[in-house]
Amino acid sequence: MAEAIAFYTLAVLILGLGVAVITTPKTVHSVVFLVLNFLCVAVLYVVLRAEFLAVIQVLVYAGGIVVLYLFVVMLVNLKRAPEAHEDPRRLARLGLALSGAVLLELAGIVVYSYGRVTPASAPAAAGPLTGAGNTEELGWLLYTDYLIPFEVASVLLLVAMVGAIVLARRES
Amino acid sequence: MELIWLIPVLPGIGAALNGIFGVRYFGKQTAATIACGAMGGALLLSLYAFVQLLGLEHREHLVELAQWIPPIALETASGIGAFEVPWAFRLDPLSGMMSLVVTGIGFLIHVYSVAYMDHEPRGGYVRFFCYLNLFCFFMLTLVLGSTFLVMFVGWEGVGLSSYLLIGFWYHKKSAADAGKKAFVVNRIGDFGFILGIFLVFFTFGTLDFRAVAEAAALMPVEEGAFGVISLICLLLFVGAVGKSAQIPLYVWLPDAMEGPTPVSALIHAATMVTAGVYMVARNAVLFTHAPEVMFIVAVIGVLTALMAATIGLVQTDIKRVLAYSTVSQLGYMFLATGVGAFAAGAFHLMTHAFFKALLFLGSGSVIHAMNEEQDMRRMGAMRLYMPVTFMTMGIGTLAIAGIPPFSGFFSKDEILYRTFLESRWLWALAAVTAGMTAFYMARLMFMTFWGEYRGPAWDAGHGGAQHEAHGDGDAAGDGDAHGHAWHGPHESPKIMTLPLQILAIGAIVAGFVGVPSALGGANWIHGFLEPSFVAGAAHAAEEEHHYAIEWGLMALSVLVAAGAIAFAWRLYVQRPEESERLASDFAGAHRVLTNKYYVDELYDATAVKGTMGSARGLWTVDRNVVDGAVNGTGWTTRASAWVSHVVDKYVVDGLVNLVGRICAEGSYRFRHAQTGLIQNYAVAALFGVFAFVTLYIAARYFGQ
Amino acid sequence: MEITPAHYTVLSAALFSIGVIGVLVRRNVIIIFMAIELMLNAVNINLVAHARYLENLAGQVFVVFVIAVAAAEAAVGLGILLAFFRNKETVNIDEMNIMRW
Repeated sequence: MAEAIAFYTLAVLILGLGVAVITTPKTVHSVVFLVLNFLCVAVLYVVLRAEFLAVIQVLVYAGGIVVLYLFVVMLVNLKRAPEAHEDPRRLARLGLALSGAVLLELAGIVVYSYGRVTPASAPAAAGPLTGAGNTEELGWLLYTDYLIPFEVASVLLLVAMVGAIVLARRES
Repeated sequence: MELIWLIPVLPGIGAALNGIFGVRYFGKQTAATIACGAMGGALLLSLYAFVQLLGLEHREHLVELAQWIPPIALETASGIGAFEVPWAFRLDPLSGMMSLVVTGIGFLIHVYSVAYMDHEPRGGYVRFFCYLNLFCFFMLTLVLGSTFLVMFVGWEGVGLSSYLLIGFWYHKKSAADAGKKAFVVNRIGDFGFILGIFLVFFTFGTLDFRAVAEAAALMPVEEGAFGVISLICLLLFVGAVGKSAQIPLYVWLPDAMEGPTPVSALIHAATMVTAGVYMVARNAVLFTHAPEVMFIVAVIGVLTALMAATIGLVQTDIKRVLAYSTVSQLGYMFLATGVGAFAAGAFHLMTHAFFKALLFLGSGSVIHAMNEEQDMRRMGAMRLYMPVTFMTMGIGTLAIAGIPPFSGFFSKDEILYRTFLESRWLWALAAVTAGMTAFYMARLMFMTFWGEYRGPAWDAGHGGAQHEAHGDGDAAGDGDAHGHAWHGPHESPKIMTLPLQILAIGAIVAGFVGVPSALGGANWIHGFLEPSFVAGAAHAAEEEHHYAIEWGLMALSVLVAAGAIAFAWRLYVQRPEESERLASDFAGAHRVLTNKYYVDELYDATAVKGTMGSARGLWTVDRNVVDGAVNGTGWTTRASAWVSHVVDKYVVDGLVNLVGRICAEGSYRFRHAQTGLIQNYAVAALFGVFAFVTLYIAARYFGQ
Repeated sequence: MEITPAHYTVLSAALFSIGVIGVLVRRNVIIIFMAIELMLNAVNINLVAHARYLENLAGQVFVVFVIAVAAAEAAVGLGILLAFFRNKETVNIDEMNIMRW
């Protein structure tokens, strides 16, 4: 019951903040709503027993990426409204409708099929999640089975860092 | 004897030397030496061969030099025959006599030409001797050839040489035209000749004269019928008519006098034109088997003789008189062969060769002396200036007129006698012709050598001396327009008069080989030639002699000749005005004769105009129909090309352009789908997701 | 009232749709980037929820990678954005069309 209360509260917050992010006219407000959204997601991770990810979410997303956005928002010194020009050919309404339709369809599928389909695969042999101690297991997994993807991800980050520096550097 | 093939080849070598190297490198002296040397060699060889021949039993010698045409299977009347022609030469009495005549007279004329052609520039001089030698080569090939085809090679070759020599002064239009005329008219005859050769092969399966004669001898005489032998003989005679200038193909010979006088003497009097007679005599066995054709030959011969003689009566060009005389004498020869007197024809051929060559060379001497003047009306009194020429030509005239004991008398009376035995009216015509011959020859002599000098004056340095006997003054005078100073009529140099003298001797003595038995002679030539006219060893039956008739005829013809000469003396020496009166009295006849019966005009109006007309017609057809067709094709091509072009431009290109336009237009339209708005692309991707999910649902829904 | 993975999945789909709508509707590139971050979060929620219910930590491992990619994407994307802004003085996506035909 507690989980249900937590889930619904968080779901409402997450969706509401999401809507707020994409609807507020001011960019700064949008960033603020995004931070709040990420924090709610972090709480949801905690509910889902993924404490390590919750911490990562707060540190990387809310603390890193969003700060990056804030910097950019401040760096971009707009002389006119960011959405002043609208191309008449853009298909925003169609996109909106399609998005809604896809959401409805997916939801329909999920709701309809839940409980009727027995999971084809039994729970993996990774062992049951043991309380708050999943950070250790995650670490094990990352540095054993997923070592190569992990390293690739680190290289990706390095490339991204170099790329960002190159792009953002002012040409002299 | 094995070397008789050298007789034709020697002049051939001379011609090749002069023709290939001479025109470029040789001087006049060298060229003349080579040419005369070749002919001299041929003459000596002929003499040697002839003497050898006299000692032969069979009076025949055959030399096969080389294979010419290897055996080819051809169809003949009696199955498949082998068409095979060797380069073979036959020496028998007839060809021996002919080759002696050709080489002998040919040699003399070569010598004569050395001086006569001296005015020519070096190139022309060498060319002349080259042609002359070439002619002798072909003529001797013709004479000595043992088969029809070898003879035909010579036959065509002499035609070519004749053409070259008539047109020797080719820059003169009349000479070039005369050469063409001779060549074209001869082609008509040659056409008949070669058809005859075809028929000979088809009939007998061989072309060898001897083999043909022997085969023909076994066939029946076509008396009153017209069989294959008659057809052969007629075709061969067509060839002879062309080459020997008989009616109706004689017109080329008078025009051939455009050539240099030695050429007229050698080719158009002594040798080539007698080739027709020679060919008929050579095929005597064939002709005796076709009496109907023989009769045609005789009639053509006598008519030609008469007609040419009448024309000769009024001609004023000295060479033309002689040309018509030649035609006339050739007619005599054909008359002889036509009545079966082949030996008499050949005999006359030989004597005629002597005296006609003599007359031509004499006339050449006169023309030379008169500085290329040929009109007798502008001569006269020439005997005072050139006694040797006068004497020799006088002998020639007496010979041709038939005054005994000159050669012409014997041969002509033999013919007349034999004709008389055969047909009275043929004899009558021949006798009249004989009288005319005597008349026009006497006229020629009198107009040229007697009377007053009527020629152009010359600047002799001692005025008023034109009529002096020693008119060939050595005083300087160069008032002449003809390149070299002309000092009036003068006797020709030794090298020209010497052949004249030799020929004059020939004209006197040549007849003695054929003195008839009526006059106590043996008629040696008759017996000598006989083997050539019969097949195999068969001998003609001894013919009975009508000495009385023969004597009577002789007396009559001598009388006629003497009377004609006397008449001419009266008309042209004693009272020249009378001849003019006579001409005006018979103005119509005179005009017809002067214009040579208008035959040239007739031929011009029919054959030449006809040919020209049909050519023009064909040209019109060619221009309008053929060209029209060609142009029509071209036009059609152009039109279809234009249509194709239009189709290509508007249909094919249109399709191509349409595809291109569709692509361009379509892309122009679809380009607007590329808005550059990244969100629209995202919408498209989202639409893909939507479609996928919708399909999934639909599949699940309808799949159950 | 048990909370099943279906709930999380629906939540994830809804959040994802919000992100999609944000990407498709807004013209401010910064906000579009943030909408993309929302979509990534929706995916993460899904992964974590199913890792929880399938009792398999592989899902959480992938979330780590997604966060890494998200960080890289944000860094590069915002770098491009800054470079673009320096040239065109705009962050309006409708004006970012210099690479069309």
